[in-house]
Amino acid sequence: MATTLMPMEEAVGSPPPGRQRRPFRHSRGLQGAIYATPTAIFVCLFFLIPVALVMQMSASDWGLIAGNKGWNFPDNFTKVVDHRHFWPSILFTFKYTLIVTVILIGLGLAMALIVQDTGRWRSFLRTSFLVPSALGLASASLLFWGLYSPQSGPLSPILKSLGLIDESISFLGTPNSALWSTVFLIVWRYAGFYMLILMVGLQRIPPDVYEAARIDGASRMQTFFRVTLPLLKSSIALSLILCVTGSLLAFDQFYILTKGGPDNSTITVVQLIYNQAFGGSQNLGTAAALSMIVLLILIVINALQFRMMRNADDN
Amino acid sequence: MKNVFSFTRTPYYVLTGGLALIFLFPLVWSAYASVSPQAGSAQKEGFGFGNYETLVNYQDGIWTYLANSLFVSALTVILTVTISVLGGYAFARFKFPGRNLLFLLTLAILMVPYATLLIPLYVLLNKLDLQNSLVGLALVLTMFQLPFATFMMRISFEGVPRELEESAMVDGCGTFSVLGRILIPAVKPGLITVGLFAFLAAWNDFIAPLILISDSSKSVLPLAIANLRQQTMGVIDYGATEAGVVVLALPCVILFLLLQRHYVRGFMSGALKG
Repeated sequence: MATTLMPMEEAVGSPPPGRQRRPFRHSRGLQGAIYATPTAIFVCLFFLIPVALVMQMSASDWGLIAGNKGWNFPDNFTKVVDHRHFWPSILFTFKYTLIVTVILIGLGLAMALIVQDTGRWRSFLRTSFLVPSALGLASASLLFWGLYSPQSGPLSPILKSLGLIDESISFLGTPNSALWSTVFLIVWRYAGFYMLILMVGLQRIPPDVYEAARIDGASRMQTFFRVTLPLLKSSIALSLILCVTGSLLAFDQFYILTKGGPDNSTITVVQLIYNQAFGGSQNLGTAAALSMIVLLILIVINALQFRMMRNADDN
Repeated sequence: MKNVFSFTRTPYYVLTGGLALIFLFPLVWSAYASVSPQAGSAQKEGFGFGNYETLVNYQDGIWTYLANSLFVSALTVILTVTISVLGGYAFARFKFPGRNLLFLLTLAILMVPYATLLIPLYVLLNKLDLQNSLVGLALVLTMFQLPFATFMMRISFEGVPRELEESAMVDGCGTFSVLGRILIPAVKPGLITVGLFAFLAAWNDFIAPLILISDSSKSVLPLAIANLRQQTMGVIDYGATEAGVVVLALPCVILFLLLQRHYVRGFMSGALKG
């Protein structure tokens, strides 16, 4: 019975497991499974098990050094929500995300419009805008940490000599200046990247659409708002999701530039997770609980964004 | 649409040139600041490489940190390329139980925040006796690269016409020699992209070594440069910091200029941070 079925199975390429009699190494399905084994091991060991572990930790009394002391649900969650930095850090992270997203996508779009055509000057511009994206976020943050420093930073002297300011600016000294200085660093580092995504979107718009708009007598502004923007929707949506997710998880830039200061005004949620685990309290349980809350927030926000995109498609 | 930003020529050049200057200035400044005289640094008078000497003498010395960073980056690239080539081949060309589930789970790594995974990974690596180890760090960095790398290799393999391998199969090649002799040469662009992005991610990563590595002799370059800033009491050595930034950034900028084309494709992967 099995032997008569064999040629058919071979044609389909996937013999049902346990049915075939040929040596294992001849079965295509098994060979595929073997090739996928390293991936499966990595996904299990370094992704699935940690996800299960973080759930367990969030419901356990788990110190950095003391280790697991047993279940204590929901103590970690109440403790972390009651933490004096919890709401400020959530509020600050959202504020930062909103500012960065608006500027990055607006500027990215403007830059994409500037450089989308070919030509020597434009390709020079494209490269200049993109070079900062080659740097790691930590390297870029360290660079700007020097650039903003009151001792060696060149910005205050330059602005002074241009007559724009009278006194040196303290770029990281006040809560507001620290926020905007970090925003400037992130815009510098990422604007080229969003320009690239939006440029790919612009190039997908067929030229005859513009031709039709021109023949209908549309002005430049009308063409932009009625033709370009609607056709760019999927690229904008992709930028939006990447930018919001990335900004909500901001860590490196604040850790290096401000360490959460001044006056704890720039503590992001991920910074708070780090502080919970490796700062004074050394509590992995509350850090895990906060990680779960962040995961939940991200899932909700991304679900909302996908829904908004779908609704926009319907209209 | 193409004409919205076509001003009369001179203001256009001034505006766009000014914008380009803003993007280039910090890079030029950091290179300049790393060799220019500066109070509180090793380079007090005249131009020279005093700050780089500071780096060489800092704690275990920059060569140790460079070697650590290169080791972690190389291991991450090798693991990422090997695993994603085998996995991508499996997903593109074979049918086996659990294939779709495994592929979805691999992509799902992207959806869980970095920080959410690092806390349990810290505990897990302790249990595996890989705490404070460069190998453990490379394993974790490889896992974070897998979604993009596996996706990229799968679509690369799917883009190769099947006739190529079928004729080789007829000639008696097994699936593994087909992969080595025919498919890998055919997916080289995808391979370069995957390798490049694994290298950059491993070279630049900050939060994973910050959490997983505690021994200063096992520190990687970004961490060592960040720690260098707190070294001397009171006076901060900005010169040495910028020299460190140059060492960190130079390989990335050179790779970028050489492989700009591959960047465009791979950019999507690195975007989830920041």
